[in-house]
Amino acid sequence: MSYKMHVLVCGGTGCRASASQQIITRLEESLREKNLEDEVQVIATGCFGFCEKGPIVKIMPDNTFYVQVKPEDAEEIVNEHVIKGRKVERLLYKDPEKKEAVSDSKHMGFYKKQLRIALRNCGFINPENIEEYIARDGYSALAKCITELKPEEVIQEIKLSGLRGRGGGGFPTGLKWEFASKYQADQKYVVCNADEGDPGAFMDRSIMEGDPHSVIEAMAICGYSIGATKGLVYIRAEYPLAIQRLKIAIQQAKEYGLLGQNIFGTDFTFDIELRYGAGAFVCGEETALIHSMEGHRGEPTMKPPFPAESGYLNRPTNVNNVETLANIPAIIMKGANWFNKIGTERSKGTKVFALAGKINNVGLIEVPMGTTLREVIYEIGGGIKNDKKFKAVQTGGPSGGCLTEKHLDVPIDFDNLLASGSMMGSGGMIVMDEDDCMVSVAKFYLEFTVEESCGKCTPCRVGNKRLHEILDKITQGKGTMEDLDTLRNLSRVIKDTALCGLGQTSPNPVLSTIDNFYDEYLAHIKDKKCPAGKCKALLMYHIDPELCIGCGLCARNCPVDAIVGERKEPHFINTAKCIKCGACMEKCKFKAVSTR
Amino acid sequence: MEKIKSLADLKRIKENVQTKIDLREKSEQVESLVQIKVAMATCGIAAGSKETMNYFIENLEKNGIVAVVTQTGCMGYCYAEPTVEITKPGKDPIVFGHVTTERAEEIIQKYLKNDELVADIIPVNFDTIKDR
Ligand SMILES: Cc1cc2nc3c(=O)[nH]c(=O)nc-3n(C[C@H](O)[C@H](O)[C@H](O)COP(=O)(O)O)c2cc1C
Ligand code: SF4
Ligand code: SF4
Ligand code: SF4
Ligand code: FES
Ligand code: FES
Repeated sequence: MSYKMHVLVCGGTGCRASASQQIITRLEESLREKNLEDEVQVIATGCFGFCEKGPIVKIMPDNTFYVQVKPEDAEEIVNEHVIKGRKVERLLYKDPEKKEAVSDSKHMGFYKKQLRIALRNCGFINPENIEEYIARDGYSALAKCITELKPEEVIQEIKLSGLRGRGGGGFPTGLKWEFASKYQADQKYVVCNADEGDPGAFMDRSIMEGDPHSVIEAMAICGYSIGATKGLVYIRAEYPLAIQRLKIAIQQAKEYGLLGQNIFGTDFTFDIELRYGAGAFVCGEETALIHSMEGHRGEPTMKPPFPAESGYLNRPTNVNNVETLANIPAIIMKGANWFNKIGTERSKGTKVFALAGKINNVGLIEVPMGTTLREVIYEIGGGIKNDKKFKAVQTGGPSGGCLTEKHLDVPIDFDNLLASGSMMGSGGMIVMDEDDCMVSVAKFYLEFTVEESCGKCTPCRVGNKRLHEILDKITQGKGTMEDLDTLRNLSRVIKDTALCGLGQTSPNPVLSTIDNFYDEYLAHIKDKKCPAGKCKALLMYHIDPELCIGCGLCARNCPVDAIVGERKEPHFINTAKCIKCGACMEKCKFKAVSTR
Repeated sequence: MEKIKSLADLKRIKENVQTKIDLREKSEQVESLVQIKVAMATCGIAAGSKETMNYFIENLEKNGIVAVVTQTGCMGYCYAEPTVEITKPGKDPIVFGHVTTERAEEIIQKYLKNDELVADIIPVNFDTIKDR
């Protein structure tokens, strides 16, 4: 008996947090009541990427896409959609521009420009069921590699595909595997870097939650290619659902004989274990990660030696990011020449981005390299929230920079982002509008780096702290023009002398905001004004004598008695006393209080 | 659990489990497949549209036709229930009336396999929500 209808319910972290488990239970109950349990199957999937509008329920075969579903909506979905074939209009996604309901996912701008390779199974299969993965050609790539190809042929294929590391560095993956394969040792290791430390990033988590087998299969393929029999996944302990799904997946792969000894009847053996990280950003750096796995402090060390020569327990180790790995089985199955036709000259394939900030469609997206920022922000992202004006987009997280209006038509790839003063990083993309202050943005990222610096080398430990202090001074309205020079010089010194990638890239948010928003720095320093109105210290509350009728309401609400004035006469704010709490502005019924 | 010991084992398991996700894979590419929509509102169900839908699902495969079968609500042709709307790739939808299981068989053999039209076609002249 095959099912006539599949109801996919998102079981990703985001949607589970808003009760998607209960939705599943209620749907199943309701279907059972109507004797439909043999006709309609309810499936918990991984993330659809549309988390902000979650929980998501997708009905197939008609591709109906319901958003913000509540457990109590389950009955209506069954009664109306399943039984009568009528879509539940109020649960459909509303197009933010046209303001009308979109009938199915095929017509959603969010999905139109996307190409899903790494996310191919997320929101499509049940990640806790290995058979669904197998049905999607899962483990066929591993089978092909170990029964038909020599290790060097696999490496050749990956090299030819042009795949570059998605963890931030963009190093050619095939070349990395080749290095690791060349060193001889009694034991080699395949490490999956699932530390994902960028603030706001969750692409790796979603892959592990939605398609854990793709990572496992790829690690085994890598093991075969470089001659390793052991795999380790370094995952942050704050990812409980991803950990659980990986554990289930590893267990199932073992039961099916896809991990363990004599895989596919050959003499290839491979096993995977999990290692937990405490969630320090620097532990995502590969040498620090390896030290942390060995039980030492998670501090980076100088390269060379690269992990490919001497990594975990001083053995040759290949470290790859989760998303990099998720691409591997698809490349093997469809061929390097399929993959290298997608993307740009030197950046092949797709990239997953976590789209966030002042944008209508917040979520996880995967687009071909070479897609422009404009397409991502306006077509997929549905434009800026509340019809505000676009100001900047931050890419590359704490190591990246801010891009502006003039970069909107730049095709996104590793090299173009670098040339524009930012970087790909792991794929965070935060959109900012006219209300965001760029000096504060730079300060925010520096705060993060200061917090996360491991303290091993001086330029990063002390230098970033100084950068942060100067930025703070500027936002307080106490900055000078010399400070601007100091910021620039110090940034260069830190970039040139820091030991690891954290310090080498930490000044990027400062440099790129100075380059692209010089006037805004000047406004803070010279005019003592914050054009976006974000820096509290620079705000001046002011009562317009034309509008004020002297009712005294503001004065009664001011916590520090900073407002004076006679009844029925215009009032005044004593700016020396004012603590900028905003109470007067909120209370005034005549809009007489403003900031400037 | 029986272990997978060869490529052939994997292929066999894949074939066995393929049906689990077939429906989902087909819906990802509906534009390139035959789409069959069976009206399943109150009057349709009363007139036997459920049997019709089951008949299509079970017999399309036997005839080697890859299609997506969905149900829709009231199409407004209560007098001609069960009604079925069929869209072949790149063609305009055609609505068939009085589709009993025998007529379903006729549609499969004539229209779907050989592109011959059959009797009782209802002219469609409005847009449905799907066309937006
Ligand atoms: C400070 C710092 C943090 C990093 N964090 C991560 C991370 O969270 N995840 C990741 O995959 N790579 C991270 N990297 C990059 C890794 O060092 C390494 O280049 C990467 O895991 C290699 O895999 P790939 O070639 O597949 O990208 C980080 C690098 C630095 C310098
Ligand atoms: S650059 Fe920063 S994080 Fe890296 S080793 Fe030096 S102090 Fe540690
Ligand atoms: S509440 Fe407004 S109108 Fe009244 S005294 Fe204050 S500023 Fe003037
Ligand atoms: S902002 Fe607050 S402290 Fe300043 S004048 Fe208004 S109420 Fe008083
Ligand atoms: S967690 Fe449900 S859409 Fe992302
Ligand atoms: S209820 Fe079926 S056509 Fe009217």
